[in-house]
Amino acid sequence: MSVFELFGMSAGMLALFVAFGVLIGVLFGFFGMGGSFLVTPALLVMGYPSRVAVGSGLAFVFGTSVIATLKHRDLGQVDYKLGISMIIGTTVGLEVGKEIVLYLEELGLAGNIISVTYVLLLGGIGLFVTYEALKGGNGGGVSHDVDGDADIDADDIPELAKKIQSYSLPPMITLRGGVKVSLWMILLVAFATGLLSGFLGVGGGFIRMPALFYLIGVPVPIAVGTDLFEIMFSGGIGSFLYAQSGGVDLSIVAPLLAGSALGARVGSAATSIVDEDEIKIYFGLMLLLGALAVAVRQAGNYLGMGVLDYVSLALILGSALMVSGAVLYSAVKSMRAPSAAGSSTAD
Amino acid sequence: MFGIETLSGNAQAAALVGVVLVEAMVLYVGYGALTAALGPSVRKAIGGE
Repeated sequence: MSVFELFGMSAGMLALFVAFGVLIGVLFGFFGMGGSFLVTPALLVMGYPSRVAVGSGLAFVFGTSVIATLKHRDLGQVDYKLGISMIIGTTVGLEVGKEIVLYLEELGLAGNIISVTYVLLLGGIGLFVTYEALKGGNGGGVSHDVDGDADIDADDIPELAKKIQSYSLPPMITLRGGVKVSLWMILLVAFATGLLSGFLGVGGGFIRMPALFYLIGVPVPIAVGTDLFEIMFSGGIGSFLYAQSGGVDLSIVAPLLAGSALGARVGSAATSIVDEDEIKIYFGLMLLLGALAVAVRQAGNYLGMGVLDYVSLALILGSALMVSGAVLYSAVKSMRAPSAAGSSTAD
Repeated sequence: MFGIETLSGNAQAAALVGVVLVEAMVLYVGYGALTAALGPSVRKAIGGE
């Protein structure tokens, strides 16, 4: 059997990584999240050491976020003022989160507390998003085809975000979409999300993107674009730190990135044509299944049952496949029915 | 790969991040050109026109 090898890897493995990259790219481009959450567990189950799984996952997230940010920038969906304010708050939060982890490690409690928090948080956000999507109507949904510079309808701003926007503690800053909010509120939200992502050791897109929408009231497309802009910085710094200790494997990152660049292009283009309410329920379910996957893996570790690692991976891949399939299906459906959408009276 | 192994410590780490950044930019431009060239026909095909 002849095996074509590139980067010291068989053609089959390369094709697998490229295909996996396409899948993740669609999710990343559409939701602005899903990189480290999917790649790292998959690499761990494939037998890569945790240092390589986390480091390569971060390098991949960095590359994908560069591509997706460029694409969202072209669509006018990146708010740099908000992004830079978020980076400042998040960086402080990350440091504090890391310190808490180190303290818990000294006490020997870090592993269990982090896993339980991860499951509760991912599951909690998943339940909340699914509930909002099932509630439908004015459940905080914002159309994805919003113009970045246009003012958004007050009905589209979640109640909690309206309350946060009502605190007029100077300096007040005006964000894209006409949202006016105190800088201190942004820093506070950024600090809290940074603390959680530092504590959990994840990129934090799944925390920050909903936080930008539900807590600050930023329209979804701009929340996604700005979140990606921030991930670009945190991913770059994170992968540099891991690369120092040999944790970044280019033979993994290069094919994954080649696939995800294509997927991210499709995913971020879909944000302009797919109604976000249609997809929100799948997004919520993916988070719930993600929480279940982490719980199953933790149970596997606790019980010493290696097979549960594979169940966990199947849950993660299955949910990712389901959601990216839903995004693509909705995009194709929207493109195939332009006349029906044009004659629709309500949006 | 790409002679990065000959570097050491921070230089190697920076080179690795640089390679990922360059690959990302090349892919963005490459797929951008591909989209511009094939996009309209793909849209037509999917849209059933």
